[in-house]
Amino acid sequence: MRIGLFATCLGDTLFPEAVKSTAVLLARLGHDVVFPPEQTCCGQMHVNTGYQREPVPLVRGFAEQFGDPSIEAVVMPSGSCAGSVRHQHEIVAERYGDAALRSGVAAVKAKTYELSEFLVDVLDVTRVGAYFPHRVTYHPTCHSLRMLRVGDKPLRLLRAVEGIDLVELPEADACCGFGGTFAVKNGETSSAMLQDKMRHVTGTGADVCTAGDASCLMHIGGGLSRIKAGTRTLHLAQILASTRTAPYALTEAAR
Amino acid sequence: MSSTFLGMPAAPPRSPYGTGNLRGDRKFPKAASGELRNEQLRRNLGKATRSIRAKRLAVTGELPDWERLRDAGSAIKTETMNRLPELLEQLERKVTEHGGTVHWARDGVEANEIVTRLVKETGSDEVIKVKSMATQEIGLNEHLDTQGVTAYETDLAELIVQLAHDKPSHILVPAIHRNRDEVRDIFRREIPGVDPDLDSVPAHLAAAARAYLREKFMTTPVAVSGANFGIAETGTLSVVESEGNGRMCLTMPRTLITVMGIEKVLPRYRDLEVFLQLLPRSSTGERMNPYTSMWTGVTPGDGPQEFHLVLLDNGRTAALADRIGREALNCIRCSACLNVCPVYERAGGHAYGSTYPGPIGAVLTPQLAGMHEAKGDPNSSLPYASSLCGACFDACPVKIDIPSLLVELRHQHTERSGVTAEKLAMRTAAAVMKRPKLFTAAQKAAGAGRVLAGRDGTFSHLPPPFDSWSDSRDTPAPPKQTFRSWLASAEGAATLRAAAEEGVPAPGPTGAAGPHDPEEQR
Repeated sequence: MRIGLFATCLGDTLFPEAVKSTAVLLARLGHDVVFPPEQTCCGQMHVNTGYQREPVPLVRGFAEQFGDPSIEAVVMPSGSCAGSVRHQHEIVAERYGDAALRSGVAAVKAKTYELSEFLVDVLDVTRVGAYFPHRVTYHPTCHSLRMLRVGDKPLRLLRAVEGIDLVELPEADACCGFGGTFAVKNGETSSAMLQDKMRHVTGTGADVCTAGDASCLMHIGGGLSRIKAGTRTLHLAQILASTRTAPYALTEAAR
Repeated sequence: MSSTFLGMPAAPPRSPYGTGNLRGDRKFPKAASGELRNEQLRRNLGKATRSIRAKRLAVTGELPDWERLRDAGSAIKTETMNRLPELLEQLERKVTEHGGTVHWARDGVEANEIVTRLVKETGSDEVIKVKSMATQEIGLNEHLDTQGVTAYETDLAELIVQLAHDKPSHILVPAIHRNRDEVRDIFRREIPGVDPDLDSVPAHLAAAARAYLREKFMTTPVAVSGANFGIAETGTLSVVESEGNGRMCLTMPRTLITVMGIEKVLPRYRDLEVFLQLLPRSSTGERMNPYTSMWTGVTPGDGPQEFHLVLLDNGRTAALADRIGREALNCIRCSACLNVCPVYERAGGHAYGSTYPGPIGAVLTPQLAGMHEAKGDPNSSLPYASSLCGACFDACPVKIDIPSLLVELRHQHTERSGVTAEKLAMRTAAAVMKRPKLFTAAQKAAGAGRVLAGRDGTFSHLPPPFDSWSDSRDTPAPPKQTFRSWLASAEGAATLRAAAEEGVPAPGPTGAAGPHDPEEQR
């Protein structure tokens, strides 16, 4: 399958390892990974903060970059960016776009997937040859859980990882408190939510807290780093791309 | 034939600024800041919301047709809003036919005046009250007080709040921020003639309130209530409750005055079938609430012999005029969204500054009372008091898409805000990101910033407005290479080529081949 990889602005800039792992994973599964070079950002931050005029060029850019009919699926290692493409782009296009944008957005929306749902629903695989001999707990991010309804797909992928010691996260479905600009505008409330999430994460004794969104992981990881917890964060794609021959080397580094 | 330009219809008015209880005195982040430091409040709220959440999940999960009930509730409410004028006139007709009197109040000020006049006409200077959000919203008790009429709240939690000279912090459990020891202290201090040795055993506290209230029920000739539902087809009003205080107020006094928000009307009597299942299960986590009272006008020789229905707008028509925002009017005040909201659970209800706190309050309050009514209107901060986690949407018995409404109201706010520093930043970000070359250059500049990071490769202090973030979170420095530059490099190309050639690695000695985990295939 010819797959358009959307790196997301955050993944491309701050968390490239998660995107590399996504590309490697899809290539191993025998797919042709293409990276439309003019891609930048889906505009989620703008829309969620209340700005719908400003991201029109971003929405248009996304639809143009991935609109190529030879791209059969658009895959991204982020539940919230996939949610933005699937639920918010049409709101922006409807209000401030033209007919061309509206049809472009509708076409690209229909073939956009978050990584775990693409693997499980479209490719019908849960076993991707991964090997990760560490204790891991999984935080389902809000937008993947409640906007995309990925359900237990990420957990099915994790359960199929060889050597993994997967432990359940208490109150897993509670928000970590990130919420994009919410963490800045309502920093104290966000922090209070983060404290509870970190208490649950560290209580599992996991080496790694994983999730399908680099943004939520940046939030949880930033908090864990501040309190010098032994647990670190790692994107789901990085666990799935870790193999016996090329195992992920767990270090204390922040990324 | 000549034509006359009649002008554009004016936008419907919102709840008048400076009246009622639909606006706090501070913006949400500031108000929350104080509440977050109240450890007692955090413990009370955490414990209470966790227990209601578990009860609600148990009783909604057991119904095989729960999702269809939610769909039905949503459909009936949407139909109601589409036919609101017609249904309200039908309700008025039916109530009048059955001996009641209907009053129309454009806003809280008018409603307060109407109720005060009706109470005074009875000759009483006291009223007993059934717990009611609408009268809380318009500040009826405070108004009656200025007119020499004393209102007694008879719902146990409302009584606690009233005796403590406090404000409710939850739609259903107004004293959720108080624990039993605090309640004992309030009762000892405020109830005349109470046992000075009263302890904090819940049954003893309830008995003390009961003794105090019983006398009020027996002697007060006029009651004021809200309404959960008003049936247009029959003119029937309904209140659902748990304690029986409502039943006392609705049956014993000579005069009953009901203040009902106009959005509470339902088309048909049989619609109650849906809502009497949705409401108790979503609110208290009970299969059925203990008391459901229904009355239709006046019944000679039975119950109140004088009945007044005050239909309250107070910004509801303004909300109805908003194509997207009107969905908030579908709310049946069950408070399920409060109980699942991580922001409400931490900040508590008072931080919202409105009778309606939590997720639904954050979308309803700005629509009823406006959010640009004064410079720095505190209500403009409410749509931002959410991480958009979506738990409220899942819990809502009538499927109000609260996260989308929050995003919509945020958009309305930025459209009204002129050019702010934030808007400029957003414009700049969009301007950079719509030009891939500029974006790549900005990424390089950010990458260069890594030299400013600490030895552990993170930033521990960021300048305003990001200081509230860096107060409790480290931020990783950008890595040397972005994904796109790696991909364009020889290393990137070689890695992907190798991955394609390698294929999916075979499992280790104990594993099995195939695309699925062996456990899953069993």
